[in-house]
Amino acid sequence: MNRRAVGAGLMLTSLVLGACRRKQVPVAAVATTPSTAPAIDDAASRRAREQFVRDSLTKAQADMEARAVSGSDAANLRLLLEAAVRFAYDASELTEEGRTALDAKLPVLRTNMALRIRISGHTDSRGSDEYNLALGLRRASSARKYLADRGIAMTRIDVVSFGEERPTASGDEEGSWAQNRRAEFEILSGAESLRVPPR
Amino acid sequence: MSIPLHFCTLRMWLRLVLLIAVTGGSVVEAQEGVRLGLIYGDGGKRPGIHVLPVAGAAGDSVRTIIMRDLDFGDRVTVLSRNTALPVPRAPGALDYGAAARLGINGVVEVTLVAAGATVTLHDIATKRVLQRRTLALPGASNGMSWRMAVHGASDQLEEWISGTRGVAATRMAYVDGGRIWLVDSDGANAMPLTPAGTRALSPGFHPNGQSVVYAVLEPAGSAIYVNDLRGTTRRVVAPSGLNISPTFTPDGSGIAYTHGEDFGTELFLVAADGGTPRRISIGRGSDNTSPSFSPDGRRIAFTSGRAGRPDVYIADDDGTNADLLAAFSSSQAYRSSPDWSPVGRAIVFQSQLGGAFQTMVIALRDRAVKQLTTEGANEDPAWAPDSRHVLVASTRSGARQLWVIDTETGRARQLTTAGGARLAAWSARLIR
Repeated sequence: MNRRAVGAGLMLTSLVLGACRRKQVPVAAVATTPSTAPAIDDAASRRAREQFVRDSLTKAQADMEARAVSGSDAANLRLLLEAAVRFAYDASELTEEGRTALDAKLPVLRTNMALRIRISGHTDSRGSDEYNLALGLRRASSARKYLADRGIAMTRIDVVSFGEERPTASGDEEGSWAQNRRAEFEILSGAESLRVPPR
Repeated sequence: MSIPLHFCTLRMWLRLVLLIAVTGGSVVEAQEGVRLGLIYGDGGKRPGIHVLPVAGAAGDSVRTIIMRDLDFGDRVTVLSRNTALPVPRAPGALDYGAAARLGINGVVEVTLVAAGATVTLHDIATKRVLQRRTLALPGASNGMSWRMAVHGASDQLEEWISGTRGVAATRMAYVDGGRIWLVDSDGANAMPLTPAGTRALSPGFHPNGQSVVYAVLEPAGSAIYVNDLRGTTRRVVAPSGLNISPTFTPDGSGIAYTHGEDFGTELFLVAADGGTPRRISIGRGSDNTSPSFSPDGRRIAFTSGRAGRPDVYIADDDGTNADLLAAFSSSQAYRSSPDWSPVGRAIVFQSQLGGAFQTMVIALRDRAVKQLTTEGANEDPAWAPDSRHVLVASTRSGARQLWVIDTETGRARQLTTAGGARLAAWSARLIR
């Protein structure tokens, strides 16, 4: 299990919980309104008033959910999107951990339709330099297909391969090789005003 | 056509005996009537050659380059360092008797003249001048053109002596630090061809040695470029998807390369001056990379994962009749990076053994495989134009460097010493 994937998962949880906390504030504030409002005798008017309050609450919640986040929230969304996905040796099939990491990106991509990303495939240093470029492309394509199969338009996702040309770890042992067998995610555009995914 | 030295009589006799005694098993290339591997084997004898001291300011350089080239050629034994043969008092006035008593078969005499250098080969057994030729030495002494001309003299001498022209007047291209570099066959004049800050890969020479094709990994994809070695670079394939491992066709009219966009990479062919590429492999979603043509251009060797693991295949140039090159081996789970010999009778490739790639050569006549290397990892083999020597990226001395391996004797010499060279190619003879 790689630390970045775990970190990304924790961040997603934090974001969701953070969003829940923020939503509770207006709910509590609005809930006190009826007790302080003037008495209304007409039942129909009262129902209309209650409906208005409910609608206002729904709209406030929607506005809250849809409003652009800033500061640390935006940074966390970026980290979530950019979290790498790891692969087994000489394989381009997604692992369970890889699918989990991609699942975490889906809500962000669905909420922020302007987002365009590039997935780059990488390999460890074993294997042919040239064949590894093909393997890297296959890894990036695996990640793209997973997202596309879940509703993200292919046109929003570019793929590229760097094979073993851009290692993140330089050692000649499994720990380093595992770090290097990855798909990386880069935001190309649409991240100017990221929105927090709804629950 | 050169006249062989008198000692060839002995060589031909040995050849006949060994041809009868040895059948199959080893990889043997036939060239211009010479059976390599039999002449220089344990029972064979290389001709002993003495290079006389050369008078003049640049004489020592000329002699040093020629002696080294002849030594690197692996077809003669250079006796000069250990032989005290008197210098002739006048040009051509050689003491043949003294040379014969010292066990010398041939003497090389070089005289620097206004037009360049007059190169003479003496046949000691017949006590006569076997060949003499005056060659131009352009440019300043020890300059790039001058050195290449001296390499050309070495190759001429090797042809006079052995019947096969040498490969000293050649250059190698390789990758180091993301750039394509060029270097002379003796390790001199290493210089970058592509700019710093880019990530270039997989250089391949045009058959005439006058241009180099290579791939560049760019942020949005990879592209194929050709550099004419005179300062002009043109893009042949735009960076759409994956475009890597380019190689010229044997006639230089086209460039085969690997193209991939989503699942699977296929081999494509594009005209050397650009145009619409056409697919030349039938991978059905598998990965197919690293093409190398047979000398007639009608067959192609390449790496493919079509059977679930990378292996080397050969097919017709339209992708049909694909055939596994070497028999399946459970101990060799990863074979790749083929290079078809210029003569056409063998293919070198790399095979993962015990976690490291080793260089293998397979004879196409009987598919006999011979392992050429054992020390360190030895990757990305590329043939010399003599179809005898192979350039590999080897870690045998620690850092990955280029080494030249003699496929007949296994002798290895280090070509590069700085950086981490890899993915090399060997040019054709630049002086013929």
